[in-house]
Amino acid sequence: MRRKGVSYAKYGYIFSIPFVLAYIVFQLYPLLFTTIIGFTDFKGIGRTDFKFLEDIFANFKSVIKNPSFQKSLGNTVGMWIVNFIPQILLALLLTAWFTNNRRKIKGQGFFKVVFYMPNIITQATIAILFSTLFAYPTGPVNSLLQSLGFIDAPIYLLLNKTLARGIVSFIQFWMWYGYTMIIFISGVLGINPELFEAAEIDGATSRQAFFKITLPNLRTIMLFTLVTSLIGGLNMFDVPKLFQAGGPDNATLTAATFIYNQAFSGSYLYNRASAASLIMFVIISICSATLFLIMYDRDAAKLRKQERKLIKSLKKAEKETRRMGK
Amino acid sequence: MRHETTIPQKIYKVIIYVSCILLAILSIIPFYIMIVNATRGTYEIQSNAISLIPSKFLSSNYKVFEGKSFNPFVGFYNSFIISTGATVLSVYFSSLTAYALVAYNWKLRQAFFTFIMAVMMVPGQLLSVGFYQFMYRIGWTNSYLPLILPAIAAPMTVFFMRQYLIGTLSLDIVNSGRIDGAGEFHIFNRIILPIMKPAIATQAIFAFVASWNNYFMPSILLTNKSKYTMPIMISQLKGDIYKTEYGAVYLGLTLTVLPLFLVYFALSKYIIAGVALGGVKE
Repeated sequence: MRRKGVSYAKYGYIFSIPFVLAYIVFQLYPLLFTTIIGFTDFKGIGRTDFKFLEDIFANFKSVIKNPSFQKSLGNTVGMWIVNFIPQILLALLLTAWFTNNRRKIKGQGFFKVVFYMPNIITQATIAILFSTLFAYPTGPVNSLLQSLGFIDAPIYLLLNKTLARGIVSFIQFWMWYGYTMIIFISGVLGINPELFEAAEIDGATSRQAFFKITLPNLRTIMLFTLVTSLIGGLNMFDVPKLFQAGGPDNATLTAATFIYNQAFSGSYLYNRASAASLIMFVIISICSATLFLIMYDRDAAKLRKQERKLIKSLKKAEKETRRMGK
Repeated sequence: MRHETTIPQKIYKVIIYVSCILLAILSIIPFYIMIVNATRGTYEIQSNAISLIPSKFLSSNYKVFEGKSFNPFVGFYNSFIISTGATVLSVYFSSLTAYALVAYNWKLRQAFFTFIMAVMMVPGQLLSVGFYQFMYRIGWTNSYLPLILPAIAAPMTVFFMRQYLIGTLSLDIVNSGRIDGAGEFHIFNRIILPIMKPAIATQAIFAFVASWNNYFMPSILLTNKSKYTMPIMISQLKGDIYKTEYGAVYLGLTLTVLPLFLVYFALSKYIIAGVALGGVKE
């Protein structure tokens, strides 16, 4: 006989076994392995033997000093920022437009579907499509510029470093603003509608309602978007790799592309790639942890403030009632 | 109530519609040019690379691929097997893990959930060197297994499944199953999985698309041309062979996008709803 309440608990463990096993084998072990390789002399294709370096941090030092790595880190952060700021601003603007009760916008379903569409298309396809659109000498962008009379002869647009970087940023922006917008809209729909009704009764304009109610209530979702986008951005690989292979002149080289090039091409520097991976791992962990801490701190501080306010107003009310009683 | 005057209000509304239509065009135009150019000859594209009217060189563009490394059908087949395998494993085992987290009261439950939350953000690319070396040692390069089996541990999917189960699971159903003498595993397969169908459908779409679009890991592991997945096939279009075959490149890109378009426009309602669900996860 099974005794209720006692024997069932073990199924919690049993049903978690597949997840835990798969996690240990395919994620934890590779992570530890990567960490170990970062401290060794392991390089070259087809080799499996390695030993620890005498100067145990040599790989880390050489990666940090490597100008390509420094550049790739700068590129990654730069291209992410240039994509993220317009992305979040446009998403907020569209959210404000689409969630405004007084100004019903028709065709929202269609716009959502179309704005989100680039997000599900294979990044490899998008990268090559854009490099084809900007191709030299015969690409649609060149054709367009010529027929509009801006240029007389086709120009090799992608040799321009700023433009190449800008296009990578634009692709990220273009792929992700629809996603961010949908997340924000669902966040607004989750806000207590009474808040908006009360604001309307108090005579607040749409703009005031947006800045005083919508934005503060979206803060958690915005943070979530920021963290996931930052982590995704720091791992940017498919688009910069297939758009111009990190070029021209390393202008679109990202940290992930750097790691890939170190480990899986050229001289197969597995140890350097591992060291670079670990450095990125630390950067990413610090970024997401900091953001969450700031968020929780602010939330906690706000809660305390609200509590104090509440207590104060309660005391005030008490005093007033007493005075009235007199 | 303070109403804004009506005329600026109307202008504002026009601005909104015009902006939205422009953004919609921005989403569509690159793909439209791609599809039209897939039907145009290299000479046509050379004289003007933008055209809104299709031409008649589709089949001659397709002939360019014969005997070369880009084979969209092999890519489609391989990607289909890998994505299907990964999707099935991901939704099944994520549901099982979520059920373990919701239905049973065990000591490490909270700790396990915290752990899943913590590793949700760890990007897989950063362990690529260790992962590759591990697979190389056990002879699993050029195998589909390292691209399918890791899907068993999908923290993000577990998280969503757990959210869904908390909202829908009633322990009465589980207990009535127990009274009927059904084993716990049987209850999960026969009673819980059907309850979770809506969540499974949504998560399956996202798992499938993510696996289908994955380029990094397959490009490291698969060196045998007959094993190439769709994104690796796409990357072949960057090769020198196609440098002057403009029409063929557009056609190749189109062939890789078409299946995604079909799936997206058939399921867009569920996909958009699924994305929106991701936002209310506070």
